[in-house]
Amino acid sequence: MDVFLFTLFNGILYGMLLFMLSSGLTLIFGMMGVLNFAHASFYMLGAYFAYQISEYVGFYPALIIAPLIIAFLGAYVERYGLRRVHKFGHVAELLFTFGLFYIIEEIVQMVWGKVPVGYHIPPSMDFSLFNLMGTSYPAYQIFVLTVSVFIFAGLFAVLTKTRAGLIIKAALTHPETVSALGHNVPKVFMMVFGLGCGLAGLAGVLAGNTLGTEPAMAFMLGPIVFVVIVVGGLGSLKGALVASLLIGVMQTFAVSMDYSLNSLISLLGFSFDAESLWRIFVDLTISQLAPVLPYLLLVVMLIARPRGLFGTRDV
Amino acid sequence: MNLVNSIKSVSSWIIIGCIAAIMPLIFDSYFALTLLSKMGVLVMFTVAYNMLLGQGGMLSFGHAIYFGFAGYVSVHILNGIGEEFLPYFPIVLFPIIGAIVGAFLGVIIGYLSTRRAGTAFAMISLGFCEMATAFTLIFVVFFNGEDGIQTDRMVGPEPFGVSFGPQIEVYYLILFWTLLTVVLMYLITKTPFGRMSNAVRDNPERAAFIGYNVRHVRWIAFTLSAMFAGAAGSLHAINYEHIGFESVSVIQSGQVLFMAFIGGVGHFLGPIIGAIGLTYLDSILLDYTEAWLLYLGVTFSVIVAFAPGGLAGLIVMHGPIANTNKSLLLGLVKPYLSAIGSTILGVLGFIGIIEMLYFKSLISKGEGEIIIYWTEFNANGLLSWALFIGMIIAGILLSKITYRQAKESWDNAMSVVKSEISS
Repeated sequence: MDVFLFTLFNGILYGMLLFMLSSGLTLIFGMMGVLNFAHASFYMLGAYFAYQISEYVGFYPALIIAPLIIAFLGAYVERYGLRRVHKFGHVAELLFTFGLFYIIEEIVQMVWGKVPVGYHIPPSMDFSLFNLMGTSYPAYQIFVLTVSVFIFAGLFAVLTKTRAGLIIKAALTHPETVSALGHNVPKVFMMVFGLGCGLAGLAGVLAGNTLGTEPAMAFMLGPIVFVVIVVGGLGSLKGALVASLLIGVMQTFAVSMDYSLNSLISLLGFSFDAESLWRIFVDLTISQLAPVLPYLLLVVMLIARPRGLFGTRDV
Repeated sequence: MNLVNSIKSVSSWIIIGCIAAIMPLIFDSYFALTLLSKMGVLVMFTVAYNMLLGQGGMLSFGHAIYFGFAGYVSVHILNGIGEEFLPYFPIVLFPIIGAIVGAFLGVIIGYLSTRRAGTAFAMISLGFCEMATAFTLIFVVFFNGEDGIQTDRMVGPEPFGVSFGPQIEVYYLILFWTLLTVVLMYLITKTPFGRMSNAVRDNPERAAFIGYNVRHVRWIAFTLSAMFAGAAGSLHAINYEHIGFESVSVIQSGQVLFMAFIGGVGHFLGPIIGAIGLTYLDSILLDYTEAWLLYLGVTFSVIVAFAPGGLAGLIVMHGPIANTNKSLLLGLVKPYLSAIGSTILGVLGFIGIIEMLYFKSLISKGEGEIIIYWTEFNANGLLSWALFIGMIIAGILLSKITYRQAKESWDNAMSVVKSEISS
């Protein structure tokens, strides 16, 4: 039971991290049609910036400063990079961010080296918050969970309750009309892009010290974030949340499950002693399959419901 | 007129083939031979990829799946023949096996992903590629994990004394298949299907209104492209006698995307230029610089932002001028040279800065001596930084003037061409 609860907690935590990344990506995609391949790179930059800043002023200022820098960086990229490419269409924008992905990864390697940097949990947060049936749960995880829930609530509040959110939502579907009403739509785009990148940066700040801060971290998470927004439905924030939690919980549970097809067979009272090639299939455990699960979900989704969970159009 | 054109086109293919065939006689070192073989395989792969990206308008981040899996199957069959577990199959025909594997996977994955083109398609292709890479690491029995599989291509009888042991024989095998498939793919662009594929790329709605099933057109294009990519993967495996998980991964897919796009996706020759050029640079520069991927990424982004037609697009821009009045081209030489010169100045400064940064962060321990452009610089000295930064600034300032002049002279030449045509 305790293992179940802890795994569930970790799964939700991982899901919220995915949501912080995918919410920005899906907003940007829904609004501008821009698919930002470098989105996870901003997540990586967030972790590295937080590491560097916390070397000087400590973790808590870094928690604020690093995402802000990333947000400005993102807005800058939109203003001077993407907007120039915009006239060539969405595929060109995607290609531009693909190039950016390589550039950021190489620059990170150039500045911080190819090995992981020592970005650690702040000492003030490095204790176990509570013990549940003999197993302790680290306080930092709870802190991350709290922050992400607040971010999530804040994002929803801004989008549904405020005037700015109203303009953003209107610009999502009717950019020309919003522009005709006197709003500077390109500026709104730029700010949303900055916000999305800032959220990705924040996710990096929060996750870099537990998941490891290294040049490959963008690539490890980037494709999964894409899966999240396809499964959730392109442009749907609600879908992104559900899909993030789904994939987060699913993957965390899968990693801890040591069952294979063979254990199912023996559970039914049979024994299957395959010699040949079939052995790899019956002995394959769910934990081994964990890295593939999000992509299998993607394939299943494409067959069964191409529009995603909450999407409005087929992909 | 039509006959003249087709003679022209056939003869130009023959000339290209002849040049490629005598290349190993001129550059006969082992390094050159392996490089040429690699170029052949990648030309084939990149042209196949461009069937999808350039002709069909589908940006794929996962085209290495067909390339890599075909390679795996070929290696297994080669090993099977070697252990006399499978009947003999001539090495010459191995790309056919690869093509079958590629087409098989293309039919399945294409069915799932061709509902929409554009960014959604790109995202899904990335998902499939990640899945394929993960599978290669999970099913160790078939893929042998991170080590990949070794093989020996010298199996079975040796018809006409050709054992495919020496690299030169493999080069001619690759050349034969590359020429054959590239010409085939060229001919496909000329068929009604090729035209339909372009129409679906440019305006799917209108294509649908004419009565074509847009998804089917994409699906066929996808399958054909995967088929040719599979054939290339088979040759890749024979060439290296090894296949590893990286040939299925996004890295390989990204490489082919870079080659196709930098070369130019809008023109048939573009990917060929890109594949040859980048393979060459890749193998030459990897020894000299740590930052090769950074330069590649920057070049790619600059091309996307400023010259979306790629290198071939820049050349084709001058087609109308060359066709009507060749003397106008002479007038372009001077402004172009000055534009290129100012670019080179800025680029040299940029490379210098990057190299010194890399040197300081990765290599430097103590002494700051670094060799850039065959000259020794002191990475800790202010002077070398000032020099390179000065070069960048001068390059940018000069470019602002020279680029405008180059553009003006091109506009002038084009307006002359237009008036000549209309008169």
